[in-house]
Amino acid sequence: MNDRTSRFTPLQRVLHWVMAVCILAMLFIGVAMVSTISPAYLVLVDIHKPLGLVILLLALVRLAVRFRYGAPPLPAGMPEPMKLAARLSHLAFYALMIVMPLLGWAMLSAADYPLVVAGFHIPAIAPANIALHDLLWTAHRYLAFCFFALILLHLGAALLHALVRRDGVFEAMAPFSRPPKRQR
Amino acid sequence: MAQHSSPSGGATPLKLLAIAVVVGAVAGAFAWTAGWFSPGRITPAEVVDNLAPPGGPAAGFRRNHAKGVCFTGTFDSNGAGSALSRATLFAAGRYPVTGRFNLAGPDPAGPDGAARVRGLSLRLQTPDRQEWRSAMINPPFFPFATPQDFYGQQVASARKDDPQAMKDFAAAHPSLRAFGAWAGSAPYASSYAQDRFNSLNSFVFTNAAGTPQTVRWSFVPAAELVPLSAAEIKQRDPDFLIQEMTARVAQAPQKWTMTVTLAEPGDPTADPSQAWPDARRKLDVGTLVVSRIEPQVDGPCRDINFDPTVLPPGMSTSDDPFPAARSAAYAVSYDRRSAESKDLPRTRSTGAPK
Repeated sequence: MNDRTSRFTPLQRVLHWVMAVCILAMLFIGVAMVSTISPAYLVLVDIHKPLGLVILLLALVRLAVRFRYGAPPLPAGMPEPMKLAARLSHLAFYALMIVMPLLGWAMLSAADYPLVVAGFHIPAIAPANIALHDLLWTAHRYLAFCFFALILLHLGAALLHALVRRDGVFEAMAPFSRPPKRQR
Repeated sequence: MAQHSSPSGGATPLKLLAIAVVVGAVAGAFAWTAGWFSPGRITPAEVVDNLAPPGGPAAGFRRNHAKGVCFTGTFDSNGAGSALSRATLFAAGRYPVTGRFNLAGPDPAGPDGAARVRGLSLRLQTPDRQEWRSAMINPPFFPFATPQDFYGQQVASARKDDPQAMKDFAAAHPSLRAFGAWAGSAPYASSYAQDRFNSLNSFVFTNAAGTPQTVRWSFVPAAELVPLSAAEIKQRDPDFLIQEMTARVAQAPQKWTMTVTLAEPGDPTADPSQAWPDARRKLDVGTLVVSRIEPQVDGPCRDINFDPTVLPPGMSTSDDPFPAARSAAYAVSYDRRSAESKDLPRTRSTGAPK
């Protein structure tokens, strides 16, 4: 039932680009906030927490949309290892988009910090436990760098498809339509 | 199937270079944002590093104010604070409090008599799940005007090879000299119950009508001051403050009145090293009742980060830069000690392994 055209659906493309902005902002805010004692610290933390919840919600919507609409097939001419890397990277992206906000949320719960977003009290999802906090915080921190590294890889690969291979893979997720669409 | 994937001749190396530049630029922006190219940026990790004694920090304990004792009790609000803040805790009623009496410094086993600065931390929760955390100390003003000065003093005092560095710093910072005068002359209370604890930092209260008011607050003891001289206090047991407080609270609950001081236009709200004039309007809003004392090693305050920016609606940070800096540094201290939680001695079994 998947209507396998050469591009992702408009909904998928909107979700991709909105989340790209959110996630990149999230990672930059994350490393910035832990690097400063200036008043910006509180502002950044106050963005980081709700934005994380927004990303979690968007990721769940996106996962459902992906199950419903699937993805366009990778070009036949693409080497198998490259195809495998593409599929694994997508898996890693979905895992990180869902796990990172959950880790952040759970680590606040484990540290027994109250979590209030837009005036609403957000319930704890982990027991207050300082050793558990350490585990969750360490995972949140290291996975954030993995996430950023994955984004760099993804960016490099996207540009490689767009500029060098020119095989329609970039156009499949591009926010705009361009004439040199992949011919079938 | 038409292939567009044939590399376009000699342009490919250039394109690959362009891709590398773009990816490298994003990575560089990230590193810049993280401060990796900004050695001048004061990080919370540096501030916490600087708190450690020469032998390193005591594993599992707070990086500053390491020695302390837990308490539980209530805050009995008289309702007067509602005129200033819509926070539930100022509505008349009784709310549970978990807190900690503590001494400034990184040593969890240092002698009580050696600490000039004492602290009171509390966490107050209301039935609607609002929460307020605060960490106060007993000096009437802070030695430093800005977090940068706090850090500057850490750096200057660490230069053991250059005693002039600290002298130069003190000469350039009159608030530190004023603090030295206080430290050299103020009496030592013979009990935590006799100490007055001050927010020093200013915060903004907002009432139901939306009117903001910048304030500071103090917890004023009900117990009368019985002073000890600097010589006398050094003769006392290293744990006399904890022993005295445990025995005292076992006899009767101990009380403090929370007094809110209202700033007037032009008052130095951003600078905790400057006290406000005595004539400022004050409002008593409730009573802290401390009814039970427990050791901190497995007490209810042990795993709480008394982050002064945990504030309910109706209370917020002001133009005072310290609460943000404290929040950032307290988080680092909490993260580090949480990694060492297994190193903490426990006086009772808490189901921990081994």
